[in-house]
Amino acid sequence: MLDLTVKSCEMLNAQYVLIKLSHEEKLPEMGAGQFVEVRVDNSPTTFLRRPISINFVDRERNELWLLVQLVGDGTRAMAQWKPGDICNCLLPLGNTFSLPLDKEPSVLLIGGGVGTAPMLYWGALLKAQGYKPTFLLGARSRKDLLQLDDFAQYGPVYTTTEDGSHGEQGFVTQHSILNKETFQMIYTCGPKPMMMAVAQVANRLMIPCEVSLENTMACGVGACLCCVEDTKEGHKCVCTEGPVFNTEDLKWNNL
Amino acid sequence: MTGINTKVNIGGLELKNPVMTASGTFGYGPEFADFMDLSRIGGIIVKGTTLHHREGNPYPRMAETPSGMLNAVGLQNKGVQYFADHIYPEIKDIDSHIIVNVSGSQIDDYVKTAEIINELDQIPAIELNISCPNVKEGGMAFGVTTKGASEVVKAVRKVYNKTMIVKLSPNVTDITEIARAVEASGADSVSLINTLLGMAIDAEKRKPILSTVTGGLSGPAVKPVALRMVWQVAQAVGVPVVGLGGIMNGRDAIEFMLAGASAIELGTANFIDPTVCVRVADEIEDYMKRHGFSDVNDLIGALEL
Repeated sequence: MLDLTVKSCEMLNAQYVLIKLSHEEKLPEMGAGQFVEVRVDNSPTTFLRRPISINFVDRERNELWLLVQLVGDGTRAMAQWKPGDICNCLLPLGNTFSLPLDKEPSVLLIGGGVGTAPMLYWGALLKAQGYKPTFLLGARSRKDLLQLDDFAQYGPVYTTTEDGSHGEQGFVTQHSILNKETFQMIYTCGPKPMMMAVAQVANRLMIPCEVSLENTMACGVGACLCCVEDTKEGHKCVCTEGPVFNTEDLKWNNL
Repeated sequence: MTGINTKVNIGGLELKNPVMTASGTFGYGPEFADFMDLSRIGGIIVKGTTLHHREGNPYPRMAETPSGMLNAVGLQNKGVQYFADHIYPEIKDIDSHIIVNVSGSQIDDYVKTAEIINELDQIPAIELNISCPNVKEGGMAFGVTTKGASEVVKAVRKVYNKTMIVKLSPNVTDITEIARAVEASGADSVSLINTLLGMAIDAEKRKPILSTVTGGLSGPAVKPVALRMVWQVAQAVGVPVVGLGGIMNGRDAIEFMLAGASAIELGTANFIDPTVCVRVADEIEDYMKRHGFSDVNDLIGALEL
């Protein structure tokens, strides 16, 4: 448990805020896919901590980035934070994405909505280890596509929008890159229907696929058993046995 | 700490301080070892354990509510034999009392589970859960009538010879009559309250939030109800009362002790502050110093009317 200091809190659009946190001491080691349980305040409607995925870790500046979608009272309160505010976090929690088994370096990272958040850090780590990440990011429209310049530092970026205002029109699973190039591993995070569709595509292309799941969560440390997902080995906690799962371990109907 | 006694006795079990963890909120203990020294806790009540493996309820299992939360976990656990073979060896040497919360859907399940726990040397007590609102059969059904409560307590008493705490349901008309019935049937202590049956609805989707529709409410939202029930039960029975329900800090814990609790359990608070057990133990001592108490037992039932 650490008290982090807010360095900046910037609205990227009406729905998303990017919060950069730091600490007087070196931040702990954090992997891509892991998350933070953020304590918001003591207001009655923000009683529990908020699980937020790690968007990026800037080691030079000793900063942890959280990309937060404003969905309720807790996230809206976070958007009001000012530089210098203190933010109490449990971190890092959960497991991480895993490296591909083969040496073949080409991998595809698919993010949708706020699910693009962990893909930035994972892309950066993959590139640093000699892999070639390609990003495929989906959103409703151009204004919902975030951090495109940051992603571009680590690999080619393809996009889809539902209204066609950026990239190809449609859903990520319809993007032409899936037919043009071959990848040895797919990683995805986003709304569950999107992840299920991605898992189905990966299954068809016989490419291993890891998904980063979310669930309503209380403790974040595997104690309360509230955040379970159905797996072939029974209920597993998203907070400690996830949030990253290989789709072949999940009991998803469409697979 | 010199000059201050924080030891309390729960039906024959001496605790180094009155702070325990509520079942289902602390895993088996090691989940929290990164955050605090587990030996600072008076007692660790581990996850509800049943005779057979239970997958628990489908998700969603949790809904945040004002100053609290609803859960519908449904006693997910791997069964008592798995506990005895695989978990017990990992936790038995923790320098605190490890207490197993025992649940079941039939009296025979409770009995068989308690028998197996009885053989584990370093488990000095059980908490008999006759109050889980999240299972279809058994659980709370035993805890809402004096007959059901008496039958299960009597049956377990025959096979279990260490400290037996019985966890009571608040979802009853008169909790004192249940408390008296379990005392007369051989309980060494009663703990209360388990969660209050509640419900949450997503108006946008016109659907219940929990997969089970209803679930158990915990957190500060239930504290006044819990405090009232602890007060009533402490008047009604002679055995020590363990108080729980929405305790978030030392002041809350003191309130439960003043109402008559000999010890307290911290539950939902562990999710907000994983160091809360140690903090509450410290805050109880701070309170004692500020008010000139040298023995924590002098706080029990010390409410001035």
